[in-house]
Amino acid sequence: MLSTIAPTNTWYLVLAAVLFGIGTLGVMVRRNPLVMFMCIELMLNAVNLTFVTLATAMSDINGQVVVFFVMVVAAAEVVVGLGIIVSIMRRRTAATADDLSALKG
Amino acid sequence: MLLAASLNGPDIPWSHILPLLIFLGATCALLLLGSLIPSWPRVGNAVVTISASVAAIVASVVKWNYLHWHKGDTYIADAIAVDRFAVFATIVISLAVVGASLLMSAYLSRTDSEGPELYALFMTAAIGAIVMVSANDLVVLFLGLETLSLSLYLLAASNRRREESQEAGLKYFVLGGFASAFFLYGIALVYGGSGKTSISTIHDSLAAYVSIHKTDAMLLVGIGLLMIGLAFKVSAAPFQVWTPDVYEGAPTPVTAFMASAGKVAAFAAMLRILTVALASRADDWRPVVWALAILTVFVGSTMAVVQTNVKRMLSYSSISHAGFILVGVEAAGHMKGNGLNSSMAYLAIYTVLVLGSFAIVLALSGVDDSETSLDDFKGLAKRRPALALAFSVLLFAQAGVPFTAGFVAKFGVIKSAVEVNSYAIAIAAMVAAVIGAYLYLRIVVSMWMEEPTSNNEIVIARPVRYVIALSVAATLLVGIFPDLLLNAAELVRFAPK
Repeated sequence: MLSTIAPTNTWYLVLAAVLFGIGTLGVMVRRNPLVMFMCIELMLNAVNLTFVTLATAMSDINGQVVVFFVMVVAAAEVVVGLGIIVSIMRRRTAATADDLSALKG
Repeated sequence: MLLAASLNGPDIPWSHILPLLIFLGATCALLLLGSLIPSWPRVGNAVVTISASVAAIVASVVKWNYLHWHKGDTYIADAIAVDRFAVFATIVISLAVVGASLLMSAYLSRTDSEGPELYALFMTAAIGAIVMVSANDLVVLFLGLETLSLSLYLLAASNRRREESQEAGLKYFVLGGFASAFFLYGIALVYGGSGKTSISTIHDSLAAYVSIHKTDAMLLVGIGLLMIGLAFKVSAAPFQVWTPDVYEGAPTPVTAFMASAGKVAAFAAMLRILTVALASRADDWRPVVWALAILTVFVGSTMAVVQTNVKRMLSYSSISHAGFILVGVEAAGHMKGNGLNSSMAYLAIYTVLVLGSFAIVLALSGVDDSETSLDDFKGLAKRRPALALAFSVLLFAQAGVPFTAGFVAKFGVIKSAVEVNSYAIAIAAMVAAVIGAYLYLRIVVSMWMEEPTSNNEIVIARPVRYVIALSVAATLLVGIFPDLLLNAAELVRFAPK
């Protein structure tokens, strides 16, 4: 009777919340800047899924348009983030967040 | 063809977004001139940037007077609000660009590097900040926030010769992106809870629900996430951990800019979202702001005590200032009194103080911008008495000593808290101000009472002198004649009311 369990909007919202949670956890526990960075992208895309689901539920086009803006922002973030990471990698061979510890107090 | 005929873009009142257009034009012009003209003089970068900021200030003052006769309104399909709140914040942000560019020109000539791109990034950051303070749509506000943040990440990491700068850039980028994601999720859930993204429409649609609506849970989670994102951006405790590292590692002119323009934009966005869009849910978010404010004033003032680096001390001091502004935000959450006006006045005064203070740090920080420990400030009064005096005035002002602008600012927010019967938060703020005074006095004491550790001559570039002189003059002027600023801040209000 699987066919009777059609995914509803709630499923998508929960999926998005779970993805967002995975992303959050990833940023907090992983130590590689690139992976942390990918986790932030995962969080942004979880929000995209939320926007699309809510827009569908409310039959409102605005929420779907937002997704395009968020994609542009995510792309810009990739450019800036990779730029900073590459410029650090040039100075050192391995990039681990724990190695960057000149600033503390 | 068919598509083109059926698409109707919104009307764009170009004159109302003039400051944005000025900064955008100047950014493009600067990058083009800098790369096309081989002998483009280094001073030209600062000249273009400062002229653009002054033009933006003039355009804003004209708009301020226009709003004396006309009511504020929202334009471009409800995306941009034209009101005195936005104009006031725009003027403060443009002032921060002027100050930061002057410091940057001294910094760049000291390290003997070029850099039209750094000035261009200041201006794109200003564009983002101005969009943030005048956005009337959460999505537009998010785009402004990202424009500002992405520029600031690059600026923080801009000194490629210093490892600290790179580290500051990466830390700021990861935590800033993290906070932006929370903020965006908050927008999505508020959209789900209210059906809208336009700030003034959310206000209307939420005010229409009288009883508990079934989407309230989603809305409340959305409000919570929005507040986490904003608390990160204004560096309110417990989301302040990135601030000292980033402020210490970033080049000093950039720190001055982040601490001034960045904070003004984040607080303006917070005020507009909370007191316009979520006005009818004020009873839900006000206790959160209350707790953030008390935590922030205490974390800022107590953690500063154990620091040994002046740049770090000033960054904790900026955290404690954020706490005081949150006291004003909490007062504004009562929807009466003048919490909004006192917060904006505080932001304007804080911008001037922080620009002046970091200008002095820059003057002393040496060629590679690293001599910022408290030892480097010892006996400054014997080496450069005038500089020590100027720094003392600015530090006393930050501590809130009467006859300085800092007193006017702190008195304003505490008074507005008392007026709405938030006595507990007012008392906490005053106690924290006393604890915080220790931090400022510690720097003053080591400048005046201790022997210098080195006798190297301190060369202060002329642009840095201008910033220090103007900020000290403004501090004393507003301290003695507070009405000069307060009369303007009294008029700050949001568009559709």
